[in-house]
Formats: sequence, C-alpha cells, structure tokens
Amino acid sequence: MNRLEADLKERLRHKPILLMTHLILGYPSFEVNREVIRRMAENGVDCIELQIPFSEPIADGPVILKAGQESLAHGTRVEDCLRFGQEMAKNWPQVHFLFMSYYNILYQYGERAFLERCRDIGFCGNIIADLPPEEGASYIAISRELGLSPIPFFTPTSTNARLQEMATHGEGFVYCVARRGVTGKHTAIDATLSDYLARCRRATSLPLAVGFGISSRDDVRQLTGKADMAVIGTATIKLVDAQGPAAVGPYIAALLQG
Amino acid sequence: MKKGYYGQWGGAFIPEVLQATFAELNRAYEAARQDAGFWQEYVDFMANYSCRPTPLTYAENLSRHFGGAQIYIKREDLNHTGAHKANNVMGQGLLVRRMGKSRVIAETGAGQHGMATATMAARFGFACTIYMGAEDVARQRPNVFWMEKLGAKVVSVEDGARTLKDAMNEAFRDWVTSMDNTHYVIGTVCGPHPFPEMVAWFQSIIGQEARKQVLGQHGKLPARVYACVGGGSNAMGIFQGFMDNAAVELVGVEAGGLGLASGRHAVRMLEGCGSSPGVAQGYKTLFLQDSDGQMQDTHSIAAGLDYVGISPILAHLGETGRVRFCAATDTEVIEALSLVMRLEGIIPAMESAHAFVQAFKEAPQLPKDEAIIINMSGRGDKDIFTIAQAFQDPSWQDFIIELAAQYQSAKQGREVGQ
Repeated sequence: MNRLEADLKERLRHKPILLMTHLILGYPSFEVNREVIRRMAENGVDCIELQIPFSEPIADGPVILKAGQESLAHGTRVEDCLRFGQEMAKNWPQVHFLFMSYYNILYQYGERAFLERCRDIGFCGNIIADLPPEEGASYIAISRELGLSPIPFFTPTSTNARLQEMATHGEGFVYCVARRGVTGKHTAIDATLSDYLARCRRATSLPLAVGFGISSRDDVRQLTGKADMAVIGTATIKLVDAQGPAAVGPYIAALLQG
Repeated sequence: MKKGYYGQWGGAFIPEVLQATFAELNRAYEAARQDAGFWQEYVDFMANYSCRPTPLTYAENLSRHFGGAQIYIKREDLNHTGAHKANNVMGQGLLVRRMGKSRVIAETGAGQHGMATATMAARFGFACTIYMGAEDVARQRPNVFWMEKLGAKVVSVEDGARTLKDAMNEAFRDWVTSMDNTHYVIGTVCGPHPFPEMVAWFQSIIGQEARKQVLGQHGKLPARVYACVGGGSNAMGIFQGFMDNAAVELVGVEAGGLGLASGRHAVRMLEGCGSSPGVAQGYKTLFLQDSDGQMQDTHSIAAGLDYVGISPILAHLGETGRVRFCAATDTEVIEALSLVMRLEGIIPAMESAHAFVQAFKEAPQLPKDEAIIINMSGRGDKDIFTIAQAFQDPSWQDFIIELAAQYQSAKQGREVGQ
C-alpha cells in the first residue's frame, strides 16, 4: 500500500466519502485557478487533479475541450503548469495533487524527467487518459520507483478479468469511469452503476474514485457506500464560467452535506 | 517486435473505455485475415461494385515529353467514388457486417474518405455519421452535398485547427459513447493498432494489381514507384506490391505547401521539417508539434494531405531507407496538374498531383527502357471548386458570380413573397 492509498483509507475512517475536484490549468487563467483551488482546499477537498491542456484531447467532452483550447490559445506552457502545481502543493499540504493529461505531454518532456519533477514538486501521481498498461510499462515502473501513483482506469465496458488486471498496474486509487462517452454529460446513478461499482469493488482493494458526470449533492450522497471518492470535473468549470471562483466554496461545502 | 509496432512507431494508445472494442475488432480482423474466403469476397465485391482492377495507363505523351523513363499511371481515380479510399472502406464494411454492427462513423479531410464511407453505408444499410473539420467543409462543399444525399449525417467540427486531425478527435469522442453498435472506419494507415495494418491490407489490392499489370505491359518491374503521402494509405497500397523487390525504389511525396522554410506545410519526413516523435490520436509517429507536444497547424493546397502525423509503417520505412521521401509545393502541384490534363486528358486530384511533381523531376534522368509508376490516388474533376480557385480561372469566377446572383434574387423573391 503506497502513501496515497494509506492516507485515503485513513481519511475514510472519518468521512463517509472523499472528494476529488478537477480543473484545467490556465483556464480561464492561473489567477482564477489559484482562487478556485483555495476555495476547494478550504472546503475540505481531498484530491485535486490539475489537467495540463493538450491539443488533441480525445477523451474529453465539449466543456473541457474548449477550456483546454482556450488555455493553449493564450499561451499556457507545460512549464507554467509544473510551476503552478509546485506552488499549489506547497500552499495546500493537506490536499493530494495529481496531474491529469495525455501521454504526449509526458513523452515530450521525457517520461522520467516529468515523473521526477512531479515527485520533487510534491505531487502524488498522474492520471493519463490515453496510456493503457500495454503501452505504459515504463511509466508505471518509474512512477512506482519514485513513490508516485499511476492511477488506473476501470470502465463499464471492462470484463471482470480486465478490472483485476488493471488494478495490478495501478497505485493509490482507481479512477472508475462511470459510463461510456466523454466527460461532462450527466450520469444516472442507478442499478446498472451500482452493479458496475460492485464489480469494481470485488476486483481490487484500492479505493474507488468515481467520475464522469457527477455534479450534485444527490449524486455524491448516492455514491456514498458504493464508492470511496466522488470526482467533480466539468461541473466546477461550468460553475466558475457562470458565477466566478467565489461560487466554488459554497458549492463544494454543499456537496458534502449529507 | 511488439504487435502493432513498426520499429519504434505504432502501438495502441487508447482510452481504457475502448479496450474491449479494440479487443473485439482485433479478433474480427485476425479471423478475416486467416480466412482466404474473406479476401476473395472482398476482391469479388470490388470487381463488381467498384470497377476493379483499375487500369495501369501508359502515359505515352508524358513519357515522350520528358524523354526518359516510360511513365505509367495507376488509375485509382477510376475506382468507385473517385479515389483509392473506397478500397479500405468497402473492406471495413464487409468486416462490420461480420461483426454485426449497424452504424459507421468516419473522419474526412478532402471528403473522399467520407464520400466512400457514406457510399459503403448506403450499400450495406448502415447508419452513418461523418466528421469533417469546418475548414474542410468550406473548401470541399460538393463532397458534403453528396455525403448528405447518400444519407449520411455530416458534422462540421469547429474545434482545434478545424481540419482532419480535429475531425478524427471528434470521431473518437463519438466512438467512446457508441461502440456497442458503431464501428469507426479510420480512413488511413494511422491511428491505433490494428488500423494501420488493416487499412494497409485492404489497400494492398492496388499494389497487387499494379505489379501484375506492369509486368504484363512493360515486361519487367518498374525502377521507381511514386505516391503522395498524407496519412499514407494510397502509398502503402501501391508500395506493398513492390516492397520485396529492393531494386524498385519507392518514393513518397509529402505536401510541401508554401515551402519548408515558410513553416506552412505538412511535411513530416524531411530534414528541417520540424517534426518529432510523439503520441497522439492513438499511435506513436513523427508529428508536427511544438516542444511541449502540442500539435501545430499544417498547410497544404490538398486537404487530403493536410495532416500532422504520418503512418507509423511509413515512418519506419522512411527510417530504414526503404521509402525515400520528398515534398512538392503548392505551386509545383498546379503546374503538374496542368501538364497532365493537357498532355494526357487525365485530371488528377491535387493530392495525387504531388506524386506527379516528383516523378516529372526524375523521369528525364532515367533510361528509356525503364518504367516508373505514379499512383494517381484520385480524380480532380470532383474538386472543381478548389482547383478552379487554385487556377484563379476568370470565366469560372464569372460563372459563380452569376449563379450566386440568381440564387440571391430567388431567395429575395421568396422572402418578399412571404
């Protein structure tokens, strides 16, 4: 059990469900990112995934796609993202920070160099949307060597055998994609999802984070007991777009009021 | 070597949600490949529906004009829908039928692959959605018209650079939602395994025919074979007919756009073009990207060559030296196109005209008893709007202005009547 997994399990002794939030670095600006993260951290978010924008985000829906494009259009560089990540990890030691991105970002930086940098700036792992274990052997090995968590994906289309196999290639927690499709559309929390999460639970002892279309207090409440961490992605981006960063604090606080 | 890799290139960098879909596709593809009956079914279908084998035309006037090698043209323009794209599409259609899926999606640049896919969907009774970059929708309007008339839904992609790569991303987004009943018909020898290998297999019909034809007509193998390279499917198709004969030089011609120095091109394989190894759209190859790994805008007069990556198979063949790469600029392409029309009465697509450019540069230096083959991947008359634009043809412009005026007054008449 690595440190991230151990700490999440420790937190679960005191909370019914944990929360992971997400944002696109440089969208609408690093200043707004800073404000949003402060409000997330102050309201008890456990993990934050910071997405480094990539020009070809094949797994993302329209909201994240546009946000990433806009960030790139006004000049966001990978180095800016790493420096900003370092500042956040230093400011909010109680929050676990992870980068989310696509493999080309690591590949260009140099896989080992990128992962060493992650370790050095106090990050705990990475979520890479397009790197299955068949292609990611060295990424997984180096992450483990450095004490970082390579977060594996479970999906509803995975067989039980595949779920078990995926779990052996991951550390920290599992990102359970709640449904088919891209990020951003609402997910119905129904019997199908419950059955799927039960399959996930049987496949691994790692904590289960559930994302894709989770946005309301009801969603979070219904996931409680079935999963260990709710992932809020597109919903906060929309919220900040519509109401500005100040709305994030009350929104996060409300999510956790059982 | 690892499955799906060609040297260091290729692979299958796919989101986990598509893992099961790819496993199924790999099984269906491997089974078809083992089944000699499948290939025969494919060849028979293409003969009856798609005019195959396409001729290998001896270009007597061009040969005399350049005074060197005898020039032969492989006529993929005469394939149904007007380009080599139909070969791959019909093959995948037969596979989709075997897999029992009911819907197909595709990305398209020039519109040829979209046209071919819409045609295949109509023929096989599949629902069909085509993703096309907004910029390409604007420059290839006639193809959009035909795709819609064939029953396909055409989605104009407004994201990113609004060209081929963005259409491909959008098709992937559709697929991660719809894979239970939907097959993604990738149009070129790119993308995650098994697509490069599978598309190359269907396109190998070009090379098989061309080899037999050139031996019959010229009595020996050609000295060189020329093909334009965007993603690389027509090139892989014809090259495979000659791959094992080291004496046959294989020449790939990329889109030089406004010239390498301008930065406005789609060249991935030449010194100084600015490409570097990367992973995007599900595979590893040489991409035109910046130092952070963000893909860059590309430019070509030919929408079908306007793409950031190149087939992992061709990247490998370029690296090992089996395929020699060159580039043709937009200006050279227009000159070559004019010459082929005037001397042979044949209208190549602007994509294909890139291959003619390089062949014309080299033909005079080769002896008269040698042959060269140019793969004419598609026909240009369908691209009348783009080609007329490139030629800045005054009488065509007058025609459009008049037609637009007629449409305009008819529209105003309707509005007044309301």
